[in-house]
Amino acid sequence: MYYKTKPYRIFSIFNYTFLAVLSILCIIPLIHILAISFSGKAPANANLVGLLPVDFNLEAYAKTLDNENFLKSLWVAVQRTTLGTLISMVVVVLAAYPLSKENSAFRRRNFYTWFFVFTMLFNGGLIPFYILIQNLNMMNTLWVLILPSAVNVWNMILMLNFFRRVPRELEEAATIDGAGHVRTLISVYLPVSLPAIATLSLFAMVFHWNSWFDGLIFMTDHKNYPLATFLQTVIVQQDFSKVSARPEDLENISQRTVKAAQIFIGMAPILFVYPLLQRFFVKGIVIGAVKE
Amino acid sequence: MNRSTPPSTRKPSSPTGLRQRRRGNWRRTIALDGMVLPALILTIIFAYIPMVGIVIAFQDFKPWLGFGQSNWVGLDHFQYLFSTPENLQVVWNTLIIASMKLVGGLIAPLVFALLLNEIRLSAFKRSVQTLVYLPHFLSWVILGGILLDMLSMKGLVNQVLVALFNIDPIFFLGDGNWFRFVVVVSDIWKEFGFGAIIFLASLAGINPALYEAAEVDGAGRWQQTLAITIPSLIPIMIVVGTLSLGNILNAGFDQIFNLYNGLVYDKGDIIDTFVYRVGLVDGQFGFSAAVGLFKSVVGFVLIVAAYRMAYKFANYRIF
Repeated sequence: MYYKTKPYRIFSIFNYTFLAVLSILCIIPLIHILAISFSGKAPANANLVGLLPVDFNLEAYAKTLDNENFLKSLWVAVQRTTLGTLISMVVVVLAAYPLSKENSAFRRRNFYTWFFVFTMLFNGGLIPFYILIQNLNMMNTLWVLILPSAVNVWNMILMLNFFRRVPRELEEAATIDGAGHVRTLISVYLPVSLPAIATLSLFAMVFHWNSWFDGLIFMTDHKNYPLATFLQTVIVQQDFSKVSARPEDLENISQRTVKAAQIFIGMAPILFVYPLLQRFFVKGIVIGAVKE
Repeated sequence: MNRSTPPSTRKPSSPTGLRQRRRGNWRRTIALDGMVLPALILTIIFAYIPMVGIVIAFQDFKPWLGFGQSNWVGLDHFQYLFSTPENLQVVWNTLIIASMKLVGGLIAPLVFALLLNEIRLSAFKRSVQTLVYLPHFLSWVILGGILLDMLSMKGLVNQVLVALFNIDPIFFLGDGNWFRFVVVVSDIWKEFGFGAIIFLASLAGINPALYEAAEVDGAGRWQQTLAITIPSLIPIMIVVGTLSLGNILNAGFDQIFNLYNGLVYDKGDIIDTFVYRVGLVDGQFGFSAAVGLFKSVVGFVLIVAAYRMAYKFANYRIF
């Protein structure tokens, strides 16, 4: 067997080492930031913190959670993530069901499908979209963070491909028993598609939690910023004028350990759902992407 | 609900029967239309109406005048885009950064997938996968914040470089060439694991009998890789490669916007960040919409061409 030969064994040693180093490289930045967030103010500012906290304390987290604006944006992020995921999933699942039918059963299917897919290929661009939102008076509302992204065509395609794999017999049995389409969707398709729905919901949650640009351009009042936008303003743009009410906040917010704590809280939910996500996404993506 | 009879029990259609069936069919499918309706309305409002708004690319648009009253300027904005060196530089930057990402984004996942495929310890394999997929799910705001800290003059990266090679600290995010390098490398770092999933799936689908036959013929692992593994991956490589061609004008707005600053505009400013600054910050709606339209049209042509090519060469369809 090839894997018992000497050259292959030498290669294996290198391969294992290389991949181990590569994986560590992928999380070192996260560990570094975590270490800073748990460190004392002085060692962090003097660049003494590597991958382990120096002078361990929780001061940075206490200050972060004491910041009213941080908490407000956290609340906006929680609202947009829950509501946004829910609405998006309802809209996507409802549309994916009819589009998963055969052309003979639903003749307008092709038209609808292309109507949605076309938006993936071409878009009006940022400026007309911005003017539209202004004219709809949606600036500074929660809806502007939720409705425009609700129809996720990619998720719709993954969902409809999944629905197509549901055995036809199940639907026929439901039809014979007198179930209409709505009933068939709810009592037959949804229960057997729960894994797919869970996957797409997790993806939608990650999307909403991470979205920051819509908040930045459509919220003229910083009190409506979702967390990701708040972090973008404070940590990346370093524009504290927009987000701090009190002078003492300003000092706290610009401190390196506090920044690290904010970054870590910002990614904590993702790290939390990641194990769940990972269980599903490999399969989900492959179903959608590789077809025989 | 009133429903048509199941197909098997239908009589061969008489004229009245046919009409009844049509009506029954229409009643059956109206529920289906109703289910599409919410998505349809949202798409019309948020995707199709902005497409109509593209007319401002041909206007000297003034928000207080609206579409109706603003002056038409024809192709002036496009002429301005292509006749000013600073504007053309933005298009070049986009092309350069995006094509470097495209090449790196194809090769890195492929090599990684091939190496991971040689790992026989499944616990090790799973741990590696868990760690390398993770960065894909973090936003560029988070990663931008981390990179700004790590790549600063006194950050962790410079500390390590100075200690190892005894060089002066590098101004990664303040020097145009280094900036491009950082953008491409950090993008590959974030996405190579996730991009490898599709290759790993194809690798798992290769018929083991091929390897057994090669083994019997005395081929070593390297020869097997050259003769079996890589040829088996060529169709999926064509698909991934052609489809990513559609992204040649997407150099990654989220990433660049969260990493760049005034010092690197000459080498790091791309179409999307340019549209944002010129349009929403400076308020030149018409010109900025024209730049956006240029990008949308080129993107559209490329995506359609890419899908046709992927279909032709690798028989790939999305739905």
